[in-house]
Amino acid sequence: MQSMTELESWDWETKERLVADINGWRSKFPVIHECVASNDGEKISAPVRTEDGRFTACVNGESWENTFEKLWSLRFGPDDRLTCLVREDDQWTVAVDDETWGEGFEYAWNIQFTPDGKSIAVNVKGENGYGIALNNRTWENGFAEARDFAISPNGEFTAAGVQTKRLGEGDIFGFAEGIWTVAVNGKPWGKNFLNVWGIAFSSDSSKVAAEVRVGEYEYAIAVNGTPWNKIFKCVWEPIFYPQGDDVLAPVQVDEGWTLAKNGELIWDRKFVQAWHQKFSPDGQRIAAVVAPEFGKWTIAVDGSSWNRTFRDAVLPPVFSPDSKRVAAIVKENNRWTVAVEGSPWVEGFDMIWDPVFSPSGDRVAAKAEKEGKFYIVLDGKIGKQEFEALWSPIFSPDGKKLLVRSIEDGKYYRRVIPVEEI
Amino acid sequence: MAEPAKEIVVDPGLDETIKKLTPKKIEDTINRALTKGAAARLKVYMQTCVHCGLCAEACHFYLSHDKDPRFSPVGKVKQTLWEIIKRKGRVDGEFIKNCSRIAHTECNVCRRCSMYCPFGIDMAYLLLLVRRICALLGVVPQYLQDTVNSHAVTMNQMWVKQDEWIDTLQWQEEDAQDEVKNARIPLDKEGAEIMYSVIGPEPKFLAQLLGNIAIIMTVAGMDWTMPSFDGWDNSNMPMYSGDFETMARVERKHFEAAFKLKAKKIVMGECGHAFRGAVYDGPKWLAWKEPPVPVIHAVQFYYELIRDGKIRIARKFEQPVTIQEPCNIVRGRGLGDMLRYIMRATCEDFRDVSPRYEHNYCCCAGGGVINCGPPWKKSRVEGNKVKAEQLKATGAEVVVTPCHNCHSGIEDIVNYYKLGMHVKFFSEILVDVMEVPEDLKV
Repeated sequence: MQSMTELESWDWETKERLVADINGWRSKFPVIHECVASNDGEKISAPVRTEDGRFTACVNGESWENTFEKLWSLRFGPDDRLTCLVREDDQWTVAVDDETWGEGFEYAWNIQFTPDGKSIAVNVKGENGYGIALNNRTWENGFAEARDFAISPNGEFTAAGVQTKRLGEGDIFGFAEGIWTVAVNGKPWGKNFLNVWGIAFSSDSSKVAAEVRVGEYEYAIAVNGTPWNKIFKCVWEPIFYPQGDDVLAPVQVDEGWTLAKNGELIWDRKFVQAWHQKFSPDGQRIAAVVAPEFGKWTIAVDGSSWNRTFRDAVLPPVFSPDSKRVAAIVKENNRWTVAVEGSPWVEGFDMIWDPVFSPSGDRVAAKAEKEGKFYIVLDGKIGKQEFEALWSPIFSPDGKKLLVRSIEDGKYYRRVIPVEEI
Repeated sequence: MAEPAKEIVVDPGLDETIKKLTPKKIEDTINRALTKGAAARLKVYMQTCVHCGLCAEACHFYLSHDKDPRFSPVGKVKQTLWEIIKRKGRVDGEFIKNCSRIAHTECNVCRRCSMYCPFGIDMAYLLLLVRRICALLGVVPQYLQDTVNSHAVTMNQMWVKQDEWIDTLQWQEEDAQDEVKNARIPLDKEGAEIMYSVIGPEPKFLAQLLGNIAIIMTVAGMDWTMPSFDGWDNSNMPMYSGDFETMARVERKHFEAAFKLKAKKIVMGECGHAFRGAVYDGPKWLAWKEPPVPVIHAVQFYYELIRDGKIRIARKFEQPVTIQEPCNIVRGRGLGDMLRYIMRATCEDFRDVSPRYEHNYCCCAGGGVINCGPPWKKSRVEGNKVKAEQLKATGAEVVVTPCHNCHSGIEDIVNYYKLGMHVKFFSEILVDVMEVPEDLKV
């Protein structure tokens, strides 16, 4: 997510620019994989195979100087540095803008960035076992296994679920003693659990919360290694309140699912399902995906659900920047669309991407797919132009224009289009 | 309570775990499971069954044990759930151990018996409820519990680590490129039409099946992807142990992988129980009435590829071949005709089985029974003599099993009863007989 300052630094004046003719790449490279576009729209890139069977990244038609045995997971970070995983001499590492980290690993995967993109981390398997490498620096402690991880907002910490003891084949009793915990920068919590999942950092990066399984059928949230004093039938991923150390998580009680703050239920209403809770940008409101009844899905805000429910699915809520409105992807009868404040757009699509609010919150745009073509949809109205490939639109800081990154006839264009012309 | 069929099986998952049980824990757990966890249909079933015993003839365990009533579906319920309810949960550890033996290892929850019940009572539901009670008490066969632990940690069945998964896909992609030009396993391709998911044993033991799908997808020109992250495994053993919380977590991960990748549908490899978990049991626990992303089983997918001419058959498989019909996709979903279509399209000498379609016998491996591991293997293969007789009667040399549990289970039966047959997945036949266009030939 780009800051307003970054957005303001982008070119919002040039109406249209043909950035690259990808058709031309085909004569240079026998194989071209999936394209990725930079957030500011200035670059288009793809992993490509060279004539000699090696891999590199092609950016706006120019390939990196370095080539590799393998290259994948190519993406632009939030600060638009082009990042990927590469293998050379059977060692994996991270490459950023054609420069590789000094350290190589037996394996590296799962690139993650801080919101500002300045810190980059990956899961690694090395000589010491499993761990995390953050900005080319690997945890000193290795573990029997480390799965997934979270990166702190300040970019200084990583936390992963780690296996602290090796387990013999079929050792169900050893497993039941608890051999999993969370390690932060390689230092494990003092307490082990049957399982840990869904790790989250507090906004000041000082605390870590996770779902923990304290008994076979006993679930809780642990914060810095200490479980809540309340046990639940099940829990889902916790998040921290935007200010302070309080933690919010979906929990299952006898009557159904609801949200709990530090173990205490905060919504009176119980649902057949509740997950993907989110805070509004001002931190005053909470929205979550809920099922008020079996097979009926919607969004609840502060415990009250939208009247309209959807049969197939509802995806995580998105707040407007002013915190006043909520939108979400919804699906019914195998058609995808967006619902804003409980009202679905009339048009259904084969696929739709996350809704994007304008800075003032009064307009909503999304990338959508219909019959193999892609469109910008603005407030439910399908845009005039169809595209061969498209990335999610981005509103200009004043909300009057949209940055449209698209491919047509094999050519990648960056366009800035006034919203009324979409 | 009946004694085990022939010999005592040592299983620490049962023998050791019951030592920790107290009468109070058993009673409280049972009563909580029956009042808070069981659905209204338990009451309906209990009040509806007239004890007619017509379900008996449906069960392969019963038929394979000279019609011993202890192995009839109603006999299994009588020895377990009825007794539990009659005694209001006041049973001891040995009783729970026998419940686990019966429910986890002598019933495949295949639902054949429901078709023979005049009232359509879902006997499998009742035996799954017994499994749930056992699981809540921590009494689950060791190997099955270990598989459940793997699911809880890794979201896959076989303790496959995250790097092992990706690495396997990458070398299988390279292997596939030796067969078909530019064959790919596209990882994390957002917006692909298909997310292809498999079960844990594929990367662990049967990696060539991943290479096969890369070949098939490339030749058919499919827009597909596989996740590099957790959610790639569609199998679900917690569904069968009775750990429904872990079952739900695994299924949620599977569907959220599809959401994340913006896939329009999930095509799953050749596995029956995985289909049941993804289409029926998993979504329901999570409050989805239907799978939130359409799930297509491999049999239907191959049927559509062949029917639509996306895969052409260059030459037919010549050996006499028959099929095992996975209960969860044939009795559970009605894919029997599609299975026969693809068999006839690819095989010169297809020999059908009898009984067949929804009346076919279970492989006796499904329902988590094969996952109970080596201690229970003998009881499992002896519990399906009728399957051996059925397959032998076809005179086929090859059995196609579009399901991993069926595949392993039928292999054991073939060996135990010395049937002299080979067992194959359909994709192995397809890769062998399909036409590779000139421009894709290596």
